[in-house]
Parts: sequence; C-alpha cells; structure tokens
Amino acid sequence: MADFIIRALLAGLMVAIIAGPLGCFVVWRRMSYFGDTLAHSALFGIALGLILDISLQLSVIVACMLLAVALVMMENRRGLSTDTILGILAHTSLALGLVMISFTDNQINLMAYLFGDLLTVSWNDLIWIGASVCIVLGVLFANWNRLLTITLHQELAQVEGLNVTRLRLLLMLLIALIVAVSMKVVGVLLITSLLIIPPACARAFSKTPESMSVMASIVGCIAVCGGLAASWFWDTPTGPSIVVMTSLLFIFSRVAVSGEKG
Amino acid sequence: MDENFLINASNISLEIEQRQILNNISLQVAKEQIVTLIGPNGAGKTSLVKIVLGLVQPSSGTITLRKGLRVGYMPQRLHIDPSMPVSVDRFLKLAVNANRSEIGGVLKEVGASALLNSQLHSLSGGELQRVLLARALIQAPQLLVLDEPVQGVDVNGQAELYRLIENIRTRHKCGILLVSHDLHLVMSATDEVICLNQHVCCHGHPEQVSNDPAYLELFGKKDAETLAVYTHHHNHSHDLGGDIVEKREK
Repeated sequence: MADFIIRALLAGLMVAIIAGPLGCFVVWRRMSYFGDTLAHSALFGIALGLILDISLQLSVIVACMLLAVALVMMENRRGLSTDTILGILAHTSLALGLVMISFTDNQINLMAYLFGDLLTVSWNDLIWIGASVCIVLGVLFANWNRLLTITLHQELAQVEGLNVTRLRLLLMLLIALIVAVSMKVVGVLLITSLLIIPPACARAFSKTPESMSVMASIVGCIAVCGGLAASWFWDTPTGPSIVVMTSLLFIFSRVAVSGEKG
Repeated sequence: MDENFLINASNISLEIEQRQILNNISLQVAKEQIVTLIGPNGAGKTSLVKIVLGLVQPSSGTITLRKGLRVGYMPQRLHIDPSMPVSVDRFLKLAVNANRSEIGGVLKEVGASALLNSQLHSLSGGELQRVLLARALIQAPQLLVLDEPVQGVDVNGQAELYRLIENIRTRHKCGILLVSHDLHLVMSATDEVICLNQHVCCHGHPEQVSNDPAYLELFGKKDAETLAVYTHHHNHSHDLGGDIVEKREK
C-alpha cells in the first residue's frame, strides 16, 4: 500500500488512542468548549510561527499551552460568564491569526489547518504525534486516580489533600498538547468532535471509567479506519470523513442501547 | 491546650466584596464531642464549614487544628455528572487515604452493604448520603464534618440517621461538627448547639424533650429520644436584610 496511507493510518490511530481517555475527561468535566477554544488558538500559533520563522508545530504547541495556563487562571475568577470569555478568546485568536498571516508573504493552505490534511502527514509529523501521545499517556496513567477524584467532587478532593489547581492545569496542558499535534488529522474546527463523540458512544456500555476510556479509543480507531477508507474509495476529505464515521457510530450506539431496553 | 481538642476557631470573620458573611465567630470541637451548627439560609454556615475545612481563608481570625488531624468531610450534595461510570466500591477506593480493607466494614456500618457494586449515579438521595458518609469514614477521621446530612429526609429517617451518627461517634471516638438546616430539631446527643446568622446569635444545650405523651405519640418513643428541641435565646433580632436590630427594653 502507498506510503502516505500507512502514515495517515498511523497518525490517525495514535490520535484516536489518546483521544479516548483524554476525551473522556473532556466529557466528564464538561470541557468541550475549552477544547474548542484551544483549537481555535492553534491558528494564532501558526501565525506566530510564520512571523517568527520557527517550526510551526512547535509554535502551535506553545500557543495552545500558554492559552491553557490563561484559561486555568481565569477559571478561578468571576466577571463575565465563562462561555462568553471562551467565545471571545476562541474567535479572536482565530481571526487574529488569519489577519496576521495575511501580512506575511506566506501562502498557507487554510483548509488543511481548519479541516486537517491527514494524507500529507510526514514522518516528521509522526514523530511529533508519537512523542506527544506517549508523553500524555504516561502522565495520564501516573495521575489517573487523582484526576478521577477531582472530577467527581472537587471540594472533597481538596479536603482530602489533593492539589486541585495543579491537577486541573496538568489536564488542560495535556489537552492543549494533543489538540496542537492533532491539527493535521482532523483540523482545528473538528478536533473537539474526536474528543467528545467516541466517549459519548462508549458511555452506555461502560461500568468503569477505564472501560469507557478504552472503548472510546476503540471507537476512535474504527472511525479513523472508516474515514480513511471513505477517503480512498470516494475521494471525500479525510478529516471530516473520520468525524462523520464517529457520528454514525454514535447513532449506532444509541440504537443498540434502545434495542437493549426492548 | 486541652488534650482532647480537635479544632479551635477564634474570632473568625469573613468579608467578600464588601459583604460581611461571618462576624467574629468562635467555635471549638473536642474529641467525642458533637457540635451542631444551625441557622437560616444565607447565615454563613457553609462558609464557616469551608473555613474549618481549609477550603476558604477567613478575612480575620485564627483556626488551630490538632497536629496531624484527619478530617472526614461529608458534603451537602454530590453533583455527579452521569457521564462518568463509577461504582460505589470504586468511589470509596478513590478516597485519598482510604483504608481499602475497611470498605466492607464501613459500608456495613452505614447500612449500605448492598450498594457495593451499584453505579453511583443510580443511587437514590438517601443511598447517596450513606455512601458519602462511608467515604468520610473510610479515612478513619478524628473529626467528622457533616454538611446537612439529613437534608430532604423525613423525621423518622432523620432520627435513624442521627442514631447512626451517634454510634459512629461512640465507635470511632471522633468529634463531630454537624450543620443542620432545621432551626429547632437537633440530635439529642448534641453537646453544643450554635445558632448562626452572620454572627453567633445564641448557643447552648438542647433540651431533652419531656415524656409529653403528645410528643411521644407523634414520633414514637425511640425516635423521640433521638431528637431534641433547641430553644433559642436571642437578645436581638435580624431585619429582612439580615442586619441586627437591638431589642428595646420595655
């Protein structure tokens, strides 16, 4: 099989595997809007990278992580409602990024960043994705129970001695890292769907947080394979095809659930 | 310092955005002592509890804790998102200092043994209360802080829960700080009632309800013994805004 398909498959599967457990936390903690804001800021990261003439992947990671820190600091304050602030940050960073890019002489493939460009994944990209996925898996594994505890009841966790702010920041940074390296797979506008739809499929069939995470990863992998197949046979755009597959799997899971209820 | 002391709060005040939430509150809980905190809604009970637990810093005043104090906290409500599948067993195991071999014992103590493998989100309100209590107990606490443990429970259920709490006090020899929404009916085993409305309005012992036949008939002898009526003795009143109005001497 052609080299590019193998690279695309590897990239997609790696992201799907980490999106399982990480996406579960996004769902459990109702952070999908945070995820979206991080994704929108990736374009701003691209603009910075072009202007400063540094590796784009690096500048996107840094931009997303800085925003993650800002978001955690903001969560502790009042003022405007959270989703208003998130909306302002998300759309301003996206628009600002695009305006900044127009000032440089670079031509960028906008569609690729917005919706992913899985079929052009390079071995270099795979190294970034692979390294990030390994790091995030390791850190998640080491802090798994603590993260579950703060998610169930934040005050109780705090009384029991957990450093809630540090753990929240950690989680946000992990999400920022994965959002940043997943841009090539499904793009900035769709990355959140890869985080929240597979866990939504898995929920009804899970009795433990671990089984929900594993199932979500499996759903994500099936969707990646299906999306790539659709792209191969019918020439559909890869990123959106993968997301459509996750949606179909979600509908399928709902039918299966109502079928069980009889 | 009394060797039985667990927590000593002096002159605690809390001001948030120019609103006085708590004004000069002092509070002590000692080993095997039950202190019940009562007050109307908005009185600052939850704020005081958060200060005692170290979740909120007071604007002024000091809190002294016994060295190495183990606190078990039973929060008022558990907002658990139904999106996370977690069993009661797992929930108890997640407690930071859980003594895992004690899970069966603790669930038996709170009367929730049957719930070991139930999913948390499928529990009824009363069942969830018991699981939260188990979570507080699994860490072998020296001080138990219970935030409105009988909320939404009928009177007979209240008496049963109060008997359980008293047994816990006797068995674990812990101190108990209990927050109640009921202004008049408290645990008869309470050593000290503190009535709170921004400041301490009054405090003292609850009365043992007499053998009044009408009262006994209402609750049944067993429950009647578990509950006590607390008579307030205020030398002031609060207006609608919560501010203090001194009573005029006639």
